[in-house]
Amino acid sequence: MSGPLLTVEGLSRSFGSLVVLAGLDLTVEAGGIHAIIGPNGAGKTTFFNLVTGALDAGSGRIRFAGVDIAHLPPYRRTAMGMCRTFQNIRLFGSMTVLENVLLGLHCRTRGGLLAPLLETPFRRSPGEAAARSRAVEVLEMVGLAARADQVAVELPYGEQRRLEIARALASGPRLLLLDEPSAGMNPQETLELETLIEHVNQLGVTILLIEHKMSLVMKLSRIVTVLNFGQKIAEGPPERVQRDPRVIEAYLG
Amino acid sequence: MLSDHAVSILIFAGIDVIMALSFFLPASAGQLSAGQGGFMALGAYTAAYLTVNHQMPFPLALAAGGLVGGLVGLAVGFPALRLRGLYLVLVTFGFGEMVRVLFLNLPAFGGPAGFAGIPPATTIWHVLGLLVVLAYFFTRLAGSRMGRAFAALRDDEAAAEAMGVNSTYVKLTAFAAGGVIAGLGGALYAHYTLFIDPEAFGVGRSLFVMLYAVFGGLASFWGAVAGATILSILPELLRWVKDWREILYGLLVLAMMLVRPQGLLDAALLARLSPRRERAAAHG
Repeated sequence: MSGPLLTVEGLSRSFGSLVVLAGLDLTVEAGGIHAIIGPNGAGKTTFFNLVTGALDAGSGRIRFAGVDIAHLPPYRRTAMGMCRTFQNIRLFGSMTVLENVLLGLHCRTRGGLLAPLLETPFRRSPGEAAARSRAVEVLEMVGLAARADQVAVELPYGEQRRLEIARALASGPRLLLLDEPSAGMNPQETLELETLIEHVNQLGVTILLIEHKMSLVMKLSRIVTVLNFGQKIAEGPPERVQRDPRVIEAYLG
Repeated sequence: MLSDHAVSILIFAGIDVIMALSFFLPASAGQLSAGQGGFMALGAYTAAYLTVNHQMPFPLALAAGGLVGGLVGLAVGFPALRLRGLYLVLVTFGFGEMVRVLFLNLPAFGGPAGFAGIPPATTIWHVLGLLVVLAYFFTRLAGSRMGRAFAALRDDEAAAEAMGVNSTYVKLTAFAAGGVIAGLGGALYAHYTLFIDPEAFGVGRSLFVMLYAVFGGLASFWGAVAGATILSILPELLRWVKDWREILYGLLVLAMMLVRPQGLLDAALLARLSPRRERAAAHG
């Protein structure tokens, strides 16, 4: 462990009179795999939306790599090294698999509107060529290189989820936020996903994971945070959290 | 050699293609504008004013028309940041009307009587030259970083932002670039018709520009090219029906949109026409 990568203090958010997050404190250590679990409506996805900037922070502090990011727009946060996947898959429907990953490289590449006019005619610019070979590398890592030229939304469900991970990885994140990556996957696909997540983590990417499949959480995560009604009710290594009476009550009661 | 009449049909068709492309560009980033006539008016009046009152060389006046279109496009882009879909259509529609009424009330630009005495300068080569540049630009844009950012914004704005796209910058760029193209189109138009009045750039113009692009299909810029070419030459081909011409025109457009609501050139057809785009075969 090399200190906290993401620190959240007193994070609150409500929608109208509905309080979704109520003063959440949470620290994600650099280098690990950290899972967030909790019943539906516990505020897990809202937490992701606040951290990545999809939603404006209500109140509280969000620090990423020591910098206060609570008021930065989403693209600045992505450029700082965090990227997410979505619970309900949100690939770019008109694009191929490769183009989706290339879009993930947007913040790591340059080139404005007029770049296509200024580059060498009838040949790809060096920047675009490098981006494409990087995108292919990422696709190879998730095992989708053979699918590069297919329309993304035509892939089987499990592969679409892996493509979302590839697209996020292309942005070169230090923190990868996965929102229920195994949702809708069969046991075989889930197994492959576990291998992929471990592999990505070994490459030095810190993983923050929302997940319902307890087997996956138990196997992968070093630390588990349990949310219920927008508050943290337990935190610790998975074996200990699993036995925590408050957690058992939240899930069964 | 083509007859003068045929050349004039081609020049007007070419300007219609330029205008359809000015609509297509922001539309490819999900920003629908019903005010392209307003940008066209700004380009037309700017360039005409400069050639008439300041004897500015035509190429410079043309550039000035594009520049003014682009700057105003940037300004119109700002409210667009908070609006989408139908609301954006309404705001840009209002912008187009505002420009029309502005020129109606500016005596320096002729007001309702129009602005006459514009020197003839636009030739078919100017129009074709600009079209070649635009075709090259759009072809290259499709496989470029910015082109992908446009498509991502149109497909899913929140996901695009989460992946690191600065949506503010991309939207403003798209609006400004659309304004530049429309401004150039207006400047070419003014120096061919030699007389402009605000009514030439009203709601009707903006809607036809939109129709051209949608009729042709929004999957690629070729749709705007095909749609504008066909729909602006069609009235010439329908002359034989005399008084029924506009009714028949409307019926043909209607029939086409019923048969191919996604436009003439959809992703599937484009894939079949282009060996390099097999991947887009099924749908877009």
